[in-house]
Amino acid sequence: MPTLTYRDALNQALREEMQRDPNVFLMGEEVGVYQGAYKVSRGLLEEFGSMRVVDTPIAELGFAGIGVGAAMGGLRPVIEFMTWNFAVLALDQIVNSAAKILYESGGQIPVPIVFRGPNGAALQLAAQHSQAWESWVSHIPGLKVVAPATPADAKGLLKSAIRDNNPVIVLEGEMLYNVKGEVPEGEHVVPIGRADIKRAGRDVTLICHSKTVTVALKAAEQLAEHEGASAEVLDLRSLRPLDEEAIVGSVTRTNRAVVVEEGWPQAGIGAQVVDVIQREAFDHLDAPVLRVTQADVPMPYNRQLERLAKPSPERVVAAARRVLYLD
Amino acid sequence: MATNVYMEALSPTMEEGRVVKWHKKDGDPVKTGETLAEIETDKAVMDLVARADGVLRQVAAPEGQTIPVGSVVAVIAAPGEAAGETPTSAAQTKPSGSGKRDTGNVATAPAPVAVATPPAVAPADATRVKASPLARRMAKEAGVDLKLVTGSGPGGRVVKKDVERAPNQAAPAAAAAPAAPLSPVSRVPLPERTGTAYEDVPLTQIRKTIAKRLVTSLGPIPHFFLTTEVDMERAAEAREALNKQLGDQGEGKVSFNDLIIKATALALAKHRACNAWFQDDHIRYWNEVHIGMAVAVEDGLITPVIRHADRKSLTEIGREARELADKARNRRLQPNEYTGATFSISNLGMFDIDQFTAVINPPEAGIIAIGSIVQKAVVVDGHLAPGRRMRITMSCDHRVIDGATGAAFLRTLKQMLENPLAMLL
Repeated sequence: MPTLTYRDALNQALREEMQRDPNVFLMGEEVGVYQGAYKVSRGLLEEFGSMRVVDTPIAELGFAGIGVGAAMGGLRPVIEFMTWNFAVLALDQIVNSAAKILYESGGQIPVPIVFRGPNGAALQLAAQHSQAWESWVSHIPGLKVVAPATPADAKGLLKSAIRDNNPVIVLEGEMLYNVKGEVPEGEHVVPIGRADIKRAGRDVTLICHSKTVTVALKAAEQLAEHEGASAEVLDLRSLRPLDEEAIVGSVTRTNRAVVVEEGWPQAGIGAQVVDVIQREAFDHLDAPVLRVTQADVPMPYNRQLERLAKPSPERVVAAARRVLYLD
Repeated sequence: MATNVYMEALSPTMEEGRVVKWHKKDGDPVKTGETLAEIETDKAVMDLVARADGVLRQVAAPEGQTIPVGSVVAVIAAPGEAAGETPTSAAQTKPSGSGKRDTGNVATAPAPVAVATPPAVAPADATRVKASPLARRMAKEAGVDLKLVTGSGPGGRVVKKDVERAPNQAAPAAAAAPAAPLSPVSRVPLPERTGTAYEDVPLTQIRKTIAKRLVTSLGPIPHFFLTTEVDMERAAEAREALNKQLGDQGEGKVSFNDLIIKATALALAKHRACNAWFQDDHIRYWNEVHIGMAVAVEDGLITPVIRHADRKSLTEIGREARELADKARNRRLQPNEYTGATFSISNLGMFDIDQFTAVINPPEAGIIAIGSIVQKAVVVDGHLAPGRRMRITMSCDHRVIDGATGAAFLRTLKQMLENPLAMLL
């Protein structure tokens, strides 16, 4: 199996879907001539031309709206946001148009659109450009939300997102684009709504997604090495719909869980996961479920403070030790 | 935040406890799980452990004091927290005479110990078992009483591994079985004569429990009694032969009591109708056989339990019976060692008692009372001959066991003892 970067896996998914279906087109800032701020669309303008790889002005609400209209008209647009921090300007189109039109048209007008781009903090981009938006978008009925952590999942989930007849939010990561991994060639589709066990374990489940999968995997290694504890790493992959069965299944086996996410604690993805666990796995719990999130502050620009504010393997290990009663 | 230290229910039937000894004193740093004090319960002397880290403050119950379960006996203050900042203070204690005697004409009523304000926190907290949902479910499925499990989690929370380590046993069948001693030592330490008309001796915790439990047995339980006489000739021969063998191997000897426990357990395994608990709205027929054996202790008696006695060898039973009896006499039995019997045996054979009736230990449905093995003239094939006979009297709870049911069990037991080889079957 070829080894690709996360960015090239996304590129492959876009290319294969554009080849497969002439209705698929890509639109966003710098996606054409510049080949994408993060080079996800490398070579696509050359292969598919400017009718299908469309550079836009810096006007998120405008091109998101054009995308929604195109989708209503029967095309399958992929809208790239340079980052999700800029997509806030387009929330009206995403929340009030894309997510509602199927419902408000009585099921007559589907909106098969993908909104994608990097989410969460990178390095020292400061408070306005370091935000994790998953709990905002996954709050909205009518949207699906995926957050792949590996190149293979990035390819498989983007393909599923493009083929889905509903608006799908694809949350990528600036720090993930260079991550390498094996990616199946050709038809590799990861179904939306299916979590994945990235590491099997017996004693505690570390529930994570996107960039925090790496954090959880490192924490699992440390737990195995220093505590002799076997941690299972469950990658949610999809945040809406959530794979409740996988969450409950894992916690039923391990009896303990720590939920890790890049977002803030209040009303976060972890809060939703904890709700599932306490409701569906109550009798299997041996300890309260703990969460590891970004500190409840605007992201500091200072490098050391930023490091402390983000979820880290050390903080995950500390939480795991508590639910394992090792403290 | 300060944490109250409550008098905890350290045995399933405990309602109050006497502070035997404080291991920590006011101002000592303490850690969760550390022993704070030794408490005499109605059954044994148990450890009261810290449920929080901090500094022990406001020790309100001096040694010798008897405190109701749920009362505050001290406070664990967070390190650095001044004692005065603690949210509640001291115990609600009541004067108790434990350890003191009130003689007829000398007024030495125990001085009430300094009592501060009543507890501000509902004492019910002290008896609530903190357990994880998983531990609760596992305990329920395994028939483990969470009250008897020591929690290793934060604040004494019972967690999965605590339940896994707990002995498999069912609901607390606490129990001073009313019958009688196994050992020939049962001397109540009476006060020395003072020349007065009488001596008043306060009830010890164990005697209070015996008093309370006995009236819940013979009163409400419809007892009936069945007596049979067993020819012990072959049992004596078998015991002699076994002991000769064991003596050569340097092992402990088999007693008649061990033989009786084993035979009773095997007979119960064949007569499940007698191996049962009466549980108000249902009868629990046990598949496991756990034999309670009455042991005399100073000023009372207790029934330690030999678990799965039907599956143990005579030497195992003998060893366990000796160990449990020793522990019982030293008051070191843990709750799991004296609860959960499915049937009991009381043996007064060594006291030259021919025959007696024992009082059932609820919720068990039966108990057998063993008399002495006596040499007497018996008729064998129409001729008078010397024989060795032993009388067994079974007390049955008629709500569970009917006459014929009890008689069938006794017949099997008699056959086993009269032909010990049958135990091998």
